[in-house]
Amino acid sequence: MTAVLEVRDLQKNFGAVIAAKDINVTVNEHEIIGIIGANGAGKTTFVNMVTGYLKPTSGQIEFAGRNIMGLPPRTITNLGISRSFQVPQVFASETVFDNLMMAYAITEASGLELLSPLYNDERAARVDSHLARYQIAEYRNATSSTLPQGVRKLLDIAMAAVSKPTILMLDEPTSGISVEEKFDLMDTIMEALRQDQTTVLFIEHDMEIVERYVSRVLAFYQGRIICDAPVAEALLDPGVREFVIGEEYHRTRTANGNGGDNGGQL
Amino acid sequence: MRYMDKTIVGLSIAFVVLFCADFFMAEWVRFIGLQSLARGAVALGLLVLWRTGLVSFGHALYFGFGAYAAAMLTLIGYHDAFFLVFAGTLAAGVLAYLLGFLLRRYRAIFFALLNMAFSMILYGVIVKTEELGSTDGFSVLTPTFLGYAPKGEAVQTTLFIFTLVFTYIITVGVHLYMKTTLGGMSMAVRENEIRVEYLGYSAEKVIHVKYVFSGLVAGFGGAIMALAIGQVDPDSMANWTVSGEFVFITILSGIGNVGATYIGALVFELIRTYAFEYAPLFWQFILGGSLLAIIMFLPDGIWSLFGRLRRSDSSESSSSSNKAPSP
Repeated sequence: MTAVLEVRDLQKNFGAVIAAKDINVTVNEHEIIGIIGANGAGKTTFVNMVTGYLKPTSGQIEFAGRNIMGLPPRTITNLGISRSFQVPQVFASETVFDNLMMAYAITEASGLELLSPLYNDERAARVDSHLARYQIAEYRNATSSTLPQGVRKLLDIAMAAVSKPTILMLDEPTSGISVEEKFDLMDTIMEALRQDQTTVLFIEHDMEIVERYVSRVLAFYQGRIICDAPVAEALLDPGVREFVIGEEYHRTRTANGNGGDNGGQL
Repeated sequence: MRYMDKTIVGLSIAFVVLFCADFFMAEWVRFIGLQSLARGAVALGLLVLWRTGLVSFGHALYFGFGAYAAAMLTLIGYHDAFFLVFAGTLAAGVLAYLLGFLLRRYRAIFFALLNMAFSMILYGVIVKTEELGSTDGFSVLTPTFLGYAPKGEAVQTTLFIFTLVFTYIITVGVHLYMKTTLGGMSMAVRENEIRVEYLGYSAEKVIHVKYVFSGLVAGFGGAIMALAIGQVDPDSMANWTVSGEFVFITILSGIGNVGATYIGALVFELIRTYAFEYAPLFWQFILGGSLLAIIMFLPDGIWSLFGRLRRSDSSESSSSSNKAPSP
């Protein structure tokens, strides 16, 4: 396996508060990694540092052999790391189609191409294909601000995936989604990303989702990674049981006979 | 024909009508028309900024800079309108480009007031500079047009056509530009800068481009105004009240269409002229009341009237087509 992302001794301080410390991670291509931890454990801080939203205090981040520490988000996106957000970041007053049209146009245009027409048939066809892949074609002409939460999440992720990034980081893709919808939503996302062979890291609080979709887990606690292991192993880890998933979930899980590795590979 | 649409057809018709009318219209009407074109061009720049989510309370900076740049060139012997207007436009554009590096980092009220602060610096510099005529300003000699030196009424007639041609080109250019990816990014930046950055483009760069454009057209408007009035002075070119007038015109026009800014500018000039004529003690009250009425009854500006008319037309025609046929 080829390493695409190397994070070494990453630290982030907010004044006297240490939000992340001693973060060491190697991400290999095509891996699906779940980032778990309680609120304030440092998960989003980690994603924010890798994607350029926050500047790390110290450490090193290498993507495809290039140091990306302190680079602005747009540069990191152009290099191949994209992201979605816990609160979907879409163009709220525009339609779903226009959101993706703009996403394609910005992603593809550079130099004088920026002065070429925003709308063209060929781009529109690709937008429609993308809508179908993320199963939001029926909302094509709906204004984004009126969408159900699950559809807005899908739109946010679909926009982040337009550039076909090497790594896509998803911040809580199922937060605010009903129990009935969450697996359908994740199936759609994972199937769409599988087609592009995207490496995925996603923050998740729902352990059912983690067990079902990821191959490897990074468990955060008080700004540190306390466990980096395959999913089955990680969920049995004493530290993870105590500080992340809780003993009760662990007991339920083992009582249901769900202690083995269920894969998580796409 | 690929780029032809209703707006370009409308602008082209207006261009031809005004071009022909120039030879017949009364001098005072032409003068109001010239002022409307000049101020409308500035409002066009504000419209582009507005669509990006930004309001400037200081574009008299570029208007005044363009006006003074053109006027100062006449002091050293340059009189060709093409050169003067080009120089005024370019000077304002260069200033906007330089200040843009700072201003593109600010949003909302900070952006609006920083612009005003810079405009008042220019105002202060002009007022304190005797060589620029201080508060009195100075006169601008009659321009020539590529060697043609009109006399009498022909000066204004030629200047009107000159202005009309360039405002037409600029306005059609802006309309086409708004349909490009860079033009469309106005919406993207206004709606969600974070997403723009995470799609791989700099929101600040988008704002900077639009800011420079707004500076260029404000400089153009200023240079035209200097030639039209034949005089530059700080109070009518660079004071904060002038910036306020541009914001007034933009609100009056609405941001729905590039042509609306000229209609807004014309309405503004007419209200001001007639209010001053018939109620010299209350003209500001009338101007303010008009703005209040626009905000209350036409919050999307005069241009939204056309939308309302279209909608009422289509609903009338659909209701009449739904009626049962008469026996």
